[in-house]
Amino acid sequence: MNFDFSDEQKQMRDEARKFLAEKCPSKAVREVLDGKAPYDKALWQGLAEMGFLGVAIPEEFGGAGAGHLELCVIAEEMGRANAPVPFSSTVYLAAEALLLAGSDAQKQKWLPKIASGEAIGTLALFEGKGNPSPKAIKLQASGGTLSGVKKPVPDGAIADFAVVAARTGSTGRDSDISLFLVDLKAGGVEAKSLTNVDPTRGQAELTFENAKAEPLGAAGDGWSILTQVLDRAAVLLAFEQVGGSDRALEMGRDYALDRIAFGRPIGSFQAVKHILADMYVSATLARSNCYYGAWALSTNASELPEAAAAARISATQAFQHCSKNNIQVHGGMGFTWEFDCHMYYRRANTTALTLGSLSYWEDQLIDRMRKKNAA
Amino acid sequence: MNFDDTPQEAEFRATARKWIEANAPKKYEAELSKSSLGRIRLEKEEIVDVGKAWQKKKAEGGWACLHWPKEYGGRGATPIEKVIWQQEEGVYGKLTQPFQIGEGMCGPTVMAFGSEEHKRHYLPKLASGEHIWCQLFSEPAGGSDVAGLRTRAEKKGDNWIVNGQKIWTSGAHYSDYGLLITRTDPNVPKHKGLTMFFLDMKSKGVEVRPIKQANGMQEFNEVYFTDVVIPDHQRLGAVGDGWNVSLTTLMNERMSIGSRLATGFPEMFEFCSNLMTDDGLAIDDPATRSKLANWAVKASGLKYTSYRAISSLSKGERPGPENSIGKLVSGSMLQDIATYAMDLQGAAGELSGADEQEASGQFQQMLLSSPSMRIAGGTDEILRNIIAERVLGLPGDIRVDKDVPFNKIPTKGR
Repeated sequence: MNFDFSDEQKQMRDEARKFLAEKCPSKAVREVLDGKAPYDKALWQGLAEMGFLGVAIPEEFGGAGAGHLELCVIAEEMGRANAPVPFSSTVYLAAEALLLAGSDAQKQKWLPKIASGEAIGTLALFEGKGNPSPKAIKLQASGGTLSGVKKPVPDGAIADFAVVAARTGSTGRDSDISLFLVDLKAGGVEAKSLTNVDPTRGQAELTFENAKAEPLGAAGDGWSILTQVLDRAAVLLAFEQVGGSDRALEMGRDYALDRIAFGRPIGSFQAVKHILADMYVSATLARSNCYYGAWALSTNASELPEAAAAARISATQAFQHCSKNNIQVHGGMGFTWEFDCHMYYRRANTTALTLGSLSYWEDQLIDRMRKKNAA
Repeated sequence: MNFDDTPQEAEFRATARKWIEANAPKKYEAELSKSSLGRIRLEKEEIVDVGKAWQKKKAEGGWACLHWPKEYGGRGATPIEKVIWQQEEGVYGKLTQPFQIGEGMCGPTVMAFGSEEHKRHYLPKLASGEHIWCQLFSEPAGGSDVAGLRTRAEKKGDNWIVNGQKIWTSGAHYSDYGLLITRTDPNVPKHKGLTMFFLDMKSKGVEVRPIKQANGMQEFNEVYFTDVVIPDHQRLGAVGDGWNVSLTTLMNERMSIGSRLATGFPEMFEFCSNLMTDDGLAIDDPATRSKLANWAVKASGLKYTSYRAISSLSKGERPGPENSIGKLVSGSMLQDIATYAMDLQGAAGELSGADEQEASGQFQQMLLSSPSMRIAGGTDEILRNIIAERVLGLPGDIRVDKDVPFNKIPTKGR
């Protein structure tokens, strides 16, 4: 058994960590946090040059052709750095949808642009409150155009194209849903930025009015493709969450070592130690679940649906737990704008919802485990 | 990233599997698979007797204590081979329960500190199950604070005379030998005045009294020492170096206890999948599903954490204090699962008879047994300290008794 990343993959992780430490310090994240830019363009270009945007995109489509294990490693570092770039929407959602369902022409059109940093992509799924469900999709497709409203759409205001889930039938079945590709710069789509708990990751409302759209995948296959895209994104995003959890734990640990109260480092008090130990436990359980998810993703195993849900739940819990307790360990300083704690707290609690809420994934996990047991 | 054995590991696994297939006591298989919640009992026979027979057979086939050197009764196997053996041994591994303290703690301590003569004499018999060993560390005055122990050993010629009391000694009532830590110098700070021995449990002056536990069972004992004579050659390590010797034992304790952990989750999932409530199957209830999902990811998280540890072993790395996580997570889980499983049964959840319940009383038993899982082998709090100090690198606790002569440390709270 070798339930670990390879030396080459670890080397890639080190490279990514070094790169992000240099190009994505807290100061850079704060530029976006403070609203000075919608995302960090220089960092985005840098990620393209490093080959990170196309790490799992095949060479024939302009990528590095490495694979999903490599992408997991990069994802962890993106989470650790709290990178203010549209990485998850472009790489985990749009690129994965294209890889799964795109025609050769569609892949040829968009994937090289993703890898080179020229195009930002996203998935337009949600229409107001609620979790992923075919019933919630009202946006209509007719005659090669789309009309309706999607929100929230991650990075919708800066995206160049979107994979859009639309209604193409009214039987009440999953096959009522189809996917479409829309060039957001081609007219017919209006984007409005929305205020977000985590300003370093933009959200938008997209209004489609007879917007030109081409089918992605076969008509009626939309929901089945989406389910797969969400599972794959769940694993990748879980790695970001694990990276964020580890960073929050380190911040708390470092502060507990440096901060003196009652004449001793606060990290020598058991009340503080036990908070940090519990953070370590949740981060470790999440990491282990993520490794299993990474294995299932990279081998396209039949266990992926269950593994993805487990990774998603575990990593969501860990990041929420670690980021909130990092603030607690910091005390009053943790509640200032100046300290970075709140940036991870914000990111943890928005990432927890991006692909559907925790309770949604809990439900999914139990359904999937029952299916497996019944089989 | 893969779950595959290396060619050598695969070959070892095949050999082990073949041997187990040919030699395992299959008539106990069904009974053993059912007793999965830390409570192993056989209907008609004593677990110790059946266990001894299995252990003897393993020793004859070269499968006992297999990571030990051959000359001490082992197989000279690698740590990863030991893990593979445990996976293959499966339910029959439960029969090794009476030997786990000897194999996991006492044996390694004798191996590290015993004379060559002792090692060749005692270890093969420990490995083959002929002799069962117990560990005499905890005392009424020293549980988590092991170094606060008060059992005295005084030198008299070539012997030591031991007086005092130990507690929580698992299996003392059927043990042949014991690993015993004593205080040999009360005039120095507590960690410095300790000395380790091993002794024959049938020595004159050793009295074992069973403790009736909160769950009604009797697995632990009190052990009293009255002028017990231990020859000096049965000392392990230098006089006054007992604390360092005990660290070897305790390190092994946390690792061996962590290796076969029950979480209660598979039982709970099955229970909820079949339990019909007034509102339908329990597993269709949103609150229950949420709890199940939480336990599911803890159980899988622990499983894959152990796979990661096995992978490090396979690469020749040594697992460290990070393995404290297993017992810390599973102990509370057992307790929470038991509580909720009973909650789902409503008022009838109170009843614990094997014939009364949908789940034949297993969760009621789990409820009553689980508190010990959070205490034995390092309390939850001690394990959190270990993670904080030895994994995360936080400073040790301020110890007010550290530099005080042992006999000047206060013994009463108020």
